[in-house]
Amino acid sequence: MFKFILIRLLQLIPVLLVIITLTFAMVRSAPGGPFSSERKIPEHILEQLNEHYGLNDPLHVQYFNYLKKIAPKKLDIGALLKFDLKEGLGTDLGPSTRYEGRTVNELIAESFPVSFVLGSFAILLALVIGIPAGTIAALNKNSAMDYGPMSMAMFGICLPSFVLGPIFALIFGLWLDWFPVSGWRAIGGFHWTENIPYRVLPVVTLSLYYAAGIARLTRGGMLEVLNQDYIRTARAKGLSTTMVTIKHALRAGLMPVISYLGPVMAGVLSGSFIIEMIFQIPGLGRHFINAALNRDYTLVLGTVLFYAVLIIMLNLLVDVIMVLLNPKLKFDS
Amino acid sequence: MERANREGILLRGNATEPKTLDPHVATGVPENHIITALMEGLIAYHPTDNTAIEPGMAESFETNEAGNVYTFHIRDAKWSNGDPVTAHDFDYSYRRVLTPALACEYVTMLFVVKNAEKYFKSHSEPIPGEEPMAWEEVGIKALDDKRLQITLKAAMPYFPQMLKHYSWFPVNPRVIEEHGGISSRNGQWMRVGNHVTNGPFRLKEWKTNQILEVEKNPDYWDADNVKLNGIRFFPIESADTEERLFQAEQLHLTYMVPLHKLDLYKAENPELLRLDPYLGNYFYRVNVTQGGPLSDKRVRRALALSIDRESLTNNTLKGGQTPAHNFVPPGIKGYPTNEFLSYDPQEAQRLLAEAGYPGGEGFPTFEILYNTRDDHKTIAETIQQMWKQTLGLNVQIINQEWKVYLDAQSNLEYDVSRAGWIGDYVDPYTFLEMFTTGNGNNDTGWSNARYDEIIRTAPLAGDDIKRFAMLEEAEAILMDELPILPIYIYTLPYLIHPSLKNWNPKLLDNRNMKYIWLEQSGE
Repeated sequence: MFKFILIRLLQLIPVLLVIITLTFAMVRSAPGGPFSSERKIPEHILEQLNEHYGLNDPLHVQYFNYLKKIAPKKLDIGALLKFDLKEGLGTDLGPSTRYEGRTVNELIAESFPVSFVLGSFAILLALVIGIPAGTIAALNKNSAMDYGPMSMAMFGICLPSFVLGPIFALIFGLWLDWFPVSGWRAIGGFHWTENIPYRVLPVVTLSLYYAAGIARLTRGGMLEVLNQDYIRTARAKGLSTTMVTIKHALRAGLMPVISYLGPVMAGVLSGSFIIEMIFQIPGLGRHFINAALNRDYTLVLGTVLFYAVLIIMLNLLVDVIMVLLNPKLKFDS
Repeated sequence: MERANREGILLRGNATEPKTLDPHVATGVPENHIITALMEGLIAYHPTDNTAIEPGMAESFETNEAGNVYTFHIRDAKWSNGDPVTAHDFDYSYRRVLTPALACEYVTMLFVVKNAEKYFKSHSEPIPGEEPMAWEEVGIKALDDKRLQITLKAAMPYFPQMLKHYSWFPVNPRVIEEHGGISSRNGQWMRVGNHVTNGPFRLKEWKTNQILEVEKNPDYWDADNVKLNGIRFFPIESADTEERLFQAEQLHLTYMVPLHKLDLYKAENPELLRLDPYLGNYFYRVNVTQGGPLSDKRVRRALALSIDRESLTNNTLKGGQTPAHNFVPPGIKGYPTNEFLSYDPQEAQRLLAEAGYPGGEGFPTFEILYNTRDDHKTIAETIQQMWKQTLGLNVQIINQEWKVYLDAQSNLEYDVSRAGWIGDYVDPYTFLEMFTTGNGNNDTGWSNARYDEIIRTAPLAGDDIKRFAMLEEAEAILMDELPILPIYIYTLPYLIHPSLKNWNPKLLDNRNMKYIWLEQSGE
């Protein structure tokens, strides 16, 4: 297994190189620059700004300088867990060109934990809703207990969060006044529990789409498994439906869900621009989009890189879990 | 909201995360809101009057007879770290602005000072073998701790107005030196804990994309008269989210109003909606360099005369905007608002025929360029329709993402392009100056020797009557040649909670925050 993980980690290097190169090329070929604005900057000032951010060098020099700065130079897990890439890996993602005096490392370290909390609770909730719903639907195929949850799931998939979010904020925030309409934490609050109400609506809104997907995948996976011989054997032994489902069927039936979770988790954990805009959440998703609009070169590269690493690591994790769950698969790179 | 009112804390929507808090680096409106709460310049803002001189860091000032030498008397004031504010601090601050490596985007604001431009140029592009100019030669001098002398290139009666712009605000030299020095852009000095200020409020908390909070500064010279205890600025990018927060009583003041909600507020809660006049003009640029029909000023005039601005503002925009019949927005004391352009379809058709395109015959299709946004699109469609109906012209509209659009505009890769301009200070000069030959903000390719001459000499005219007459002539040239087609004068639409008091319309949205207060319910 360790060999498997090691090889996969080594594969990360060429993949990341390709991603950095492509992103670098794309962001630098977009018209406009970080300092173009409606009120034009005087020529010599622009010159100074470009100088300050190293944008006067030839492109290939800038590219290699960037690679040098981001290349990992050390490993300090403790610092990494605090999202400190500088101390943890020696990676310097450079200064943001938009946010004066703030580094991309800082911006990511500040916003990723927020997106992480939002995302992990949303995924958790999606699993809690989706798996039982899909299982019940599969067990009661073609009955009301199937159509009910599945039409709800269809609804969840079709309703985008930019519709659902404002509706929730309107109903549960403004009209019923159960939760704050937006925000991430209680300003001037004294205790962390005061923050909980702020997180309910964004977590629920974000989770519903994924809950729907998970429910449908669970149903599909379960249906396939429930027809298999070993399930019939288990039943023949006299096991109850509940036991069969939980002990035998789910293990195999959840395979599609697990492989779905890898990329989804990376996407959700690294922030959702729409949810963050609607609910005014200081997460990574906003940086992701705004950086591109602002031509904040370093922040674009930093967030893309971060997202790429995250998605690769989570895919690896998913592969490991799949093998552990399914004895038929082997660690084989 | 009740708690905030009790605590005297203003909750304000502020659009986007501020790029910086450094007055010598900042450029945007959200930054302006925060910086003007934190810092104070020589001259402060009057609560109602746009051009009145409200004493700030300067208790008083006098000018010499020629009107080009100002002596400011610095009051007994302190920085929030206890340091006294001295004339030397201003001297240092202005030297900082004029330091090329700092790359202050508003550096040209200081070029009114004698030798300032030369100083800057000699340091940014040093001539080999020549010493760059010494600071002592620049017209800025701290005579002693209390007296600051500024010598201008010529008498400029509007100079005190310029001082209200944050590029003229002071920074604390000790703090700047401690965090990187005069030319450093590392931004360390403005972090919570490092930030030192001289204004009514000081920095308390700053979390990216979440909140920036300021609290009353006990070291401010007029702290007794500061009524609020603090302000929380929220960088809310979505107008709808902001409006929901306002409805939930989480904000006293919004930055904007969703366009589709304007009618609703007008009908049901007009007391919550403000549509303040704003010193800005929404106009179309015309690229005059292509040699085609758009290079003919009769054609441009025909285009201008066939825009029904009244119908556009009343039926399409409905946000209180007023039709622009000239370029310089109204409201500048002593400067007339002439009606250079009206809606005159007959005259427009006549001019177009005279230019050789009767009824639009043979006129090539051209494009209106705008940056992607709903209101720009609506306006472009309306004008496209008007030009089709009145002149028989086939116009296409194309939209581009913001930075792509800026690039196209600045490279003159457009036919007609949407634009807007907000004044830097309350004076016609901040509008007319941009259309001189080769000005970075001209972007039309238009050039007129007489116009350039007036703009160059007007600041030296000495008194405002003469100067305004000259600028009026320049504006008449601009409105005769029409490299730009004025469309409407901006308003500033926002929502305001009734408990917020003394919040008066200001042409440049600059407010002296010490005069603002919150009324507690039941009082």
